Amino acid sequence: MRVALFITCVNDTLFPGTGRAVVTLLRRLGCEVGFPRAQTCCGQMHLTTGYPREAARLARRLTDVFAGYDAVVTPSGSCAAMVREQYPRLARTAPGPSFAEAVAETAPKVHDLSEFLVDVLGVTDVGASFPHRVVYHPTCHSLRGLHLGDRPARLLRSVRGLELVPLPGAEECCGFGGTFAVKNPAVSAAMCADKVHNVMAAGAEVLCAADNSCLMHIGGALRRQRAGVRIMHLAEILAATGDDPPPGPGAGTGKGAEAGKGEGVGKGAVR
Amino acid sequence: MSGTFLGMPAFPRNAAAAVQDSQLRFNLRKATRTIRGKRAAVVGELPDWAALREAGKQIKDHTLRNLDRYLLQLEEAVTRAGGHVHWAADAAEANRIVAGLVEATGETSVVKVKSMATQEIGLNEALAERGITAYETDLAELIVQLGDDWPSHILVPAIHRNRSEIREIFRERMGEWGRPAPEDLSDDPRALAEAARLHLRERFLASEVAISGANFMIAETGTLVVLESEGNGRMCLTLPRTLISVVGIEKLLPAWRDLEVFLQLLPRSSTGERMNPYTSTWTGAVEGQEFHLVLLDNGRTAVLADEVGRQALRCIRCSACLNVCPVYERAGGHAYGSVYPGPIGAILTPQLRASGTVASRDRLPPSATGDLDASLPYASSLCGACFEVCPVAIDIPEVLVHLRARTPHPRAERLGMRAAGWVFDRPVRLARAQRLGGRLRRFLPRRLPGPLSAWTDTRDIPDVPAESFRDWWDRTEGGTR
Ligand code: SF4
Repeated sequence: MRVALFITCVNDTLFPGTGRAVVTLLRRLGCEVGFPRAQTCCGQMHLTTGYPREAARLARRLTDVFAGYDAVVTPSGSCAAMVREQYPRLARTAPGPSFAEAVAETAPKVHDLSEFLVDVLGVTDVGASFPHRVVYHPTCHSLRGLHLGDRPARLLRSVRGLELVPLPGAEECCGFGGTFAVKNPAVSAAMCADKVHNVMAAGAEVLCAADNSCLMHIGGALRRQRAGVRIMHLAEILAATGDDPPPGPGAGTGKGAEAGKGEGVGKGAVR
Repeated sequence: MSGTFLGMPAFPRNAAAAVQDSQLRFNLRKATRTIRGKRAAVVGELPDWAALREAGKQIKDHTLRNLDRYLLQLEEAVTRAGGHVHWAADAAEANRIVAGLVEATGETSVVKVKSMATQEIGLNEALAERGITAYETDLAELIVQLGDDWPSHILVPAIHRNRSEIREIFRERMGEWGRPAPEDLSDDPRALAEAARLHLRERFLASEVAISGANFMIAETGTLVVLESEGNGRMCLTLPRTLISVVGIEKLLPAWRDLEVFLQLLPRSSTGERMNPYTSTWTGAVEGQEFHLVLLDNGRTAVLADEVGRQALRCIRCSACLNVCPVYERAGGHAYGSVYPGPIGAILTPQLRASGTVASRDRLPPSATGDLDASLPYASSLCGACFEVCPVAIDIPEVLVHLRARTPHPRAERLGMRAAGWVFDRPVRLARAQRLGGRLRRFLPRRLPGPLSAWTDTRDIPDVPAESFRDWWDRTEGGTR
């Protein structure tokens, strides 16, 4: 199957390790992975901050870039929801029928990683091994936008050695919300404080989610508090096999592993 | 708070103060979580909840699309049943009508059933200006009124108060308004309720005029419907000789049988009960009673003209969206600066207030409330919990995003967004920006300047990697080299 990786601007720029993990994982499962270099950003930040015209431009670019692939996979529940839910709305108001057609053609083929694995490839055991205590935070857009349900949990439970522990108040928003985090910093921080409290109460070494933006937010607070809990994207855990080197001494502080070495598997430390 | 506190728009400023109020946070956390759990239980036990919700949505949409026709039908039915119907285009007109009606009875005081519409138009204050005292009879509204306070919740206006605060308010203020609270009043909920009961009973028996709102109006029969928990509303509806109901035009339902849907949706979403204790219905005037219905527009027809925003008019004021909202739980109701707080307030208030003139519909007005109203659509992380619980499926996040697009943006933000758009417009620009970031990454300060300090006040920033994903892909030919 010819699969295009939609990396998202945040992962491309700040979390390349997540992208490398997706590539490793999909290849291991027999997919041919392409990376259309013309991709940039889905426009979510522009749209939700109140700039629909700029968002529509970026949406048009993205639908053009990914036309012609069998499937588009992204390690971001939020950006997948943007394309599938918001693009049709943008297309309704943006001029030109060609855009609406392009959206109708491309949007349904865009999948969040766990959707793609479970629904399209039909696998839950992806052959991963990760002997650690993990807690999973279902981000709002993967929970209430994409309705991922228990797909991520089923994938994680099939990972060898992994112990999945429950997160109290799991369904509550972490307080990121894109520009909300800087426009309403006090409420955002108060929400994050509760999420951090619940993550600590869960007693895990690793906090996992399907979105690096929310992880960046919760992880930023964990790090500020020197909490000693590492954040990892779901893709990084699913890509990990027993052959990986253990996380470096700086794991979780973001000072450990260097990006760009190329192997890029199971490197939760690349933060 | 940090330097970003200065010059912040209204909601974030209000909320920043509220999150530091430990008593408020404690009261709200406890109250919203309790009711959230009750709602989830009684909604979860209905196998056809999704279908009920869809029916509620469709009935409301159908009614709103044919509002003109149904309103006339209602007017006819109410008039036929001996009631008088008045039409009020805005708050001032509604207040004028009500004050005139009260004055015509010769009375100088009225009792009130809990009502959002009369709060919205500031009726109590308008009556006070004409020498008429309005007594609130809903327990929570009574607490708010005695405490010289503002409501902070649609259903439980005094949700921000705990029982020891209520005892203080009763002890200090009840005497000024009527029968005083007993000297040795404790903060036991039963004792507090008993004090209120005795205080209110005198009021009911002495009152000749009552003012109410309504949860629903039935066009077919001309019937008004009020749902409540305490029975105080029913006392107001039956005892006085004159009853005046002020109702928003969107409260209409076409037929009596539509209540079947809404009498299931509302109590379960609102108080988390299968059925509310008291449901009162009345049609026109009964023997010896005079009945006036004031139909209130106050911006509603203008909201109806907005294809995305109009769904806010489906709202049945159950307050489920408030109870589930993580922002409301932490900021409290007062931060929203309106009688409609929480997620529904964030979409309803700016729309109702912006619609004063047709010309201002594209841009929210830079009036006294403009600053606040412009900040309300941003008072949400777009987590979607409100949409999920709304019994009439109002897609609140969709409306928030829609309203954000027509809100005036700060200059620095506009420039930043334009710059980001420029970078994302060409992959080479993005790659260059990433490389620059990679090179400067060791010099990034732990605390960012300007508006971005709002991030680093409480969170570290992630380390910028030396190489972006796209550069890694190019260098290694997709990891194959
Ligand atoms: S918006 Fe929906 S959930 Fe909120 S008060 Fe109105 S009906 Fe209830």
